[in-house]
Amino acid sequence: MAIAAMEIKGTDRTELITGSEAIAIACQLADVDVITGYPIRPYDTVMQYIAKLVSNGDFDCEYIIAEGEHSQFEVVKHASAVGARVFTGSSGVGWMYAMECLTVTPALRIPMVAMVGNRALDDPGAFGVEHNDALTVRDLGWQLVWVDTAQEALDTALIAYRVAEDRRIFLPCAISCDGAFLTHSQGLVKIPTKEQVETFLPRYDRGNLLLHPDNPITIAPQANEDWLMEIRRQTAAAMERSQAVIREAYKDFEKIFHRSYGNPFFEEYMTDDADVVLVGMGTLSTPVKVAIREMRQHGKKVGFVRVRWFRPFAAEELAKSLGRFKAVGVIDRDFSLGSPYLSGVLATEVRTALYPTAKRPPVIGFICGLGGREVLLADVHKMSDSIFQAAEGKSQPLTQWIGVRE
Amino acid sequence: MGRLFAIEVVYRGIFQKTLARNITRAIVLAAHHEGKPGISFGRYGDSPERNGIPAKAFAIVATDDITLEEGMAKYEPKEVDISISVDDTLCKGVESWAWYGLQPINRLTKPNGTLIVTSREEPARLIEMAHRKDTPYNLAVLKGTVSFSGLWVFKDDHTDVRLLGAIAKFLPELFSIESVKKTIMEEWKNPVKAASAQKTYDHITSVAVKPGQGNPEKPYEFVLPKWYEMGEGITIPAIAQGHTMKDAQTAQTGGYQPARNPTFKKFTTRTMRPVVNFDTCIKCTLCWLQCPDSCFDVTPEGLYDANMEACCGCGVCEAVCPVKDCVTMVNEVAFKDNSSQWEAWRKDKTTYNTWLEQKIAKKEDRSHGFRFRGQYEEQLPAALASASGND
Repeated sequence: MAIAAMEIKGTDRTELITGSEAIAIACQLADVDVITGYPIRPYDTVMQYIAKLVSNGDFDCEYIIAEGEHSQFEVVKHASAVGARVFTGSSGVGWMYAMECLTVTPALRIPMVAMVGNRALDDPGAFGVEHNDALTVRDLGWQLVWVDTAQEALDTALIAYRVAEDRRIFLPCAISCDGAFLTHSQGLVKIPTKEQVETFLPRYDRGNLLLHPDNPITIAPQANEDWLMEIRRQTAAAMERSQAVIREAYKDFEKIFHRSYGNPFFEEYMTDDADVVLVGMGTLSTPVKVAIREMRQHGKKVGFVRVRWFRPFAAEELAKSLGRFKAVGVIDRDFSLGSPYLSGVLATEVRTALYPTAKRPPVIGFICGLGGREVLLADVHKMSDSIFQAAEGKSQPLTQWIGVRE
Repeated sequence: MGRLFAIEVVYRGIFQKTLARNITRAIVLAAHHEGKPGISFGRYGDSPERNGIPAKAFAIVATDDITLEEGMAKYEPKEVDISISVDDTLCKGVESWAWYGLQPINRLTKPNGTLIVTSREEPARLIEMAHRKDTPYNLAVLKGTVSFSGLWVFKDDHTDVRLLGAIAKFLPELFSIESVKKTIMEEWKNPVKAASAQKTYDHITSVAVKPGQGNPEKPYEFVLPKWYEMGEGITIPAIAQGHTMKDAQTAQTGGYQPARNPTFKKFTTRTMRPVVNFDTCIKCTLCWLQCPDSCFDVTPEGLYDANMEACCGCGVCEAVCPVKDCVTMVNEVAFKDNSSQWEAWRKDKTTYNTWLEQKIAKKEDRSHGFRFRGQYEEQLPAALASASGND
């Protein structure tokens, strides 16, 4: 592991690191001021890498180990209020234990950046990936992004600071990294230079919201029905502005780092000539892409759309894109029990996005890969077969559990 | 559509919460005896109540269920047949937790509706305290001290049932005195209480208040900001620093007047206010130090003037003052304005001191706050005698 020897200044270099290490390095490059941690797998890997950077003298920050996730998120919330750039994170039920702080952070307009090492919610005590942990805050004003590779994790962490700390936004951002597949596997990552990062990322300036003796303010007084709706409307307005700010950030990112992600909100793979597409988030993209290549050898024109930003949800753009296809299959690595058509969360959102549009292909939901179960190539074939059937007008179950023993 | 009835009870938080609830509940139950459906509720926005904070409870009754729904569709009634104030100091207005600014006590009273106040004062004084209204209304005084009935262990003084008797008198379409008595026997199983209701019904009278009568002041208003005008992140600016004071007589400057919240005032939060003898003050600073609301302005010569914008009438200043009769808490009913005592004293000491003597002469006449343990029990016989006598 070459982190300790890594020079902060200098030219682009390539390291073999995990997604968690990539995020730790992003924190170092972004010169984060206050970091809090409390161990839970798989998020704890990022704690370990940060601890190593700090103890080796390569990273100067306040690194605080809290006595639980609730305090962990409270500490960074307050640090951010007094003007510190902050980082924290958790996984699974650890994230849930911080829920009270997670709910208050958007309304207080705290640009906290957090890493969620996606993990199944207890019970049973499982380590593997499910997206339900991060998705619990989807309605609260958190910006939520799912990444696929360690490179994307590093780059997205920098973009997350840029967007969250933008004065027009001041909303927290959680970067979801699939447990094991991303947090625990190493890939080659280009590490940008400190100069590049400084050019891309302005200093965090909290302006007139700064809690400081020179700017005497009260934060979060009790306020009842005469005020609450206006406060929610303000938070909603910030989220409404977020899409444009994300777009700006990706444009500048490309200019400075010479790496492009195309459409910031979702990645399209082999969609140009596709008849049907699969939609999903996170690292399941790899088996999906490989299976698509196999299917194309047999003349089946399948494409893939990987959703990056779940909040804000680029509904109009995504609906426009998906309207081109004869059928859409949405793979959820999560569940939403009792939801419309008993689908996963993403499938319901995709259906909602499509509803007001003229072109509404059939949408089939798939629940797959829960608890870190491998999404097999055969699973992808099975899902594709079903959406081809749907494309031909043959009735398909609207939600299907794939890869479950039955 | 049938007929809708609404009655509000304006009370002091905590102290009179049970009393207010007992009244509005009994109104609905008595009306139910005559086949009318109804609901009884307290304003949720008034919770969590604090000691002495003005609050409201309502009884909504209708001749049928559909009409009742029309009343229930508005959470708080926009007009009421009867307004009841169980603390006469509230006649100066209502500043609740549930809204911003000051609402006149008679704001919701319908044209020709009735305002019933429990008080020892004469109607003329209460009319002066209440804000002017564009439409005529009636004022009835239910003689008695401010009731703490239902507060923990404090004994029943029949204020609740006497008010029910008064309602039967002024709004006979709602329910008869017979229904009131039936309800009392069911709820309290106490024939003496039923007799109290009957006595009030038999004797209570009202006076007509004309549109021109009452306090001409414009009630203190506050306009709520639009969502984009508010500070983001649920932030509000701190109160600015204070400034020195100026003596209008000598042009001497000095002392310290704290800046105060431009939005939240405490005009009707208090039921009594400190009256200060500036000639006997030894400038010990204790009132100023102990005041939980920083209500004292420090004058250029180092005296302490209680500012009526900020005083909530708690009485701590009186309790800590080491000088006899230097700070005396006096019933709010005795005052007609909120002006500075110190300025009045500076202007004319003889006149001020005469005024002061008058104010503190009747200091037991306070609506809230006890001077010694057992005071309420001592006052109770008189209250009960008043209840069973002519209203």
